[in-house]
Amino acid sequence: MSEESLIEAEIPRLRRYARALSGDAVLADDLVQDCLERALSARARRRAECSLRAWLFTILRNVWTDELRRRRARPETELDDTAAVPPSQMDRLRVHDLAQALERLAPEQREAVLLVGLEGMSYAEAAAVADIPLGTLMSRLKRGRDRLDQLMNDGEPVLRRVK
Amino acid sequence: MNPAPTDDDLEALVDGTLDPARAAELEDWLAANPAEAERVRRRRAQVDGLHRLFDPVLDEPIPARLRVAAFRRRRLSPLLLRVAAALLLLLMGGAGGWGLRGLAAGRGEAVPQMAAEALTAHVVFAAEIRHPVEVAASERAHLVAWLSKRLGAELKVPDLSAAGFSLVGGRLLPAASGPAAQFMYENGDGRRVTLYLRRNPDAGATAFRFAAQGGVEAFYWLDGPLGYALSGDVERGRLMEMAKAVYHQLEG
Repeated sequence: MSEESLIEAEIPRLRRYARALSGDAVLADDLVQDCLERALSARARRRAECSLRAWLFTILRNVWTDELRRRRARPETELDDTAAVPPSQMDRLRVHDLAQALERLAPEQREAVLLVGLEGMSYAEAAAVADIPLGTLMSRLKRGRDRLDQLMNDGEPVLRRVK
Repeated sequence: MNPAPTDDDLEALVDGTLDPARAAELEDWLAANPAEAERVRRRRAQVDGLHRLFDPVLDEPIPARLRVAAFRRRRLSPLLLRVAAALLLLLMGGAGGWGLRGLAAGRGEAVPQMAAEALTAHVVFAAEIRHPVEVAASERAHLVAWLSKRLGAELKVPDLSAAGFSLVGGRLLPAASGPAAQFMYENGDGRRVTLYLRRNPDAGATAFRFAAQGGVEAFYWLDGPLGYALSGDVERGRLMEMAKAVYHQLEG
């Protein structure tokens, strides 16, 4: 298989991940398109130790980071619709919808939860894609899952374990 | 029985990354610890829920615009580039320039105007989907001649390949004091840095200074006819090294 067909074989997974990250089907495909353009123009500079999949997810992650930053910078950008609800009240809202709960996660927790839970990456792979140490990945994963749990289950506080 | 499992053990159980013997041990432990068992059960339900929500995307046909073959046919659209430039003008002028509200890292002083312009331009165009530059690196000679003419100073494009970054291209930008230029570079992971250049009316020189805003950092300096700012989301020490490389290459 040529490298182009190998890249093309990853497109469904990239689309799935982008959809889950952004919560928006059109934006997700824009992100994937930009990711593929950057990938095709940077093919020669891909580090040999990086698997094709991890490399593509890393690029997608960088595209998404740029996009998030630009959104935050745009003064007229709408904040998400939950922002109008006072946080104390929001915490008690029962969110049955996993998709909505996911959108309320901090972006770095959402990333960790999705790379591991949806993409099935090993912790080491997910940490490499997110460009963070393994310990940071584990703590984002745990906090993200706790938060999702809390959002979806009557806002009951989750028992904190002390190591 | 081993000591009580750590949080990491329980995550690994959820994710199925433990060896079978250890997993069986943890399952036994959970049988005697219902609160933790419930937590693990809910986490597994989350993972299942994610797959139910998003796996259908895998079976959708791939839109034509995402097929690799489509990328070879496309050319930059000048119209969209004008739209992006207009957006930047709005952004910098409209709200008094959100960029000007940024703070220098750790010190609380306002980012000087040139650094704010550079950081704003980085944030806007590094995220640009499909049209990050006006003139691509393939037309390097034209790019340099054009931007030099507009800025009224002879520009050079520094080579950042030693740091793993290669030129994507460049664009003309509006700045408070007149035209400015931006060269964009990209590394193998799709990470981008930009070099912002504009006239330096006082023709003086300064040392490197540092500014940060919204997760992007910049080193900036003045040197003779031009002011420079190198912006990017890369580790500060590396950004500094790259800024030094730019400085040395542009000297003289």
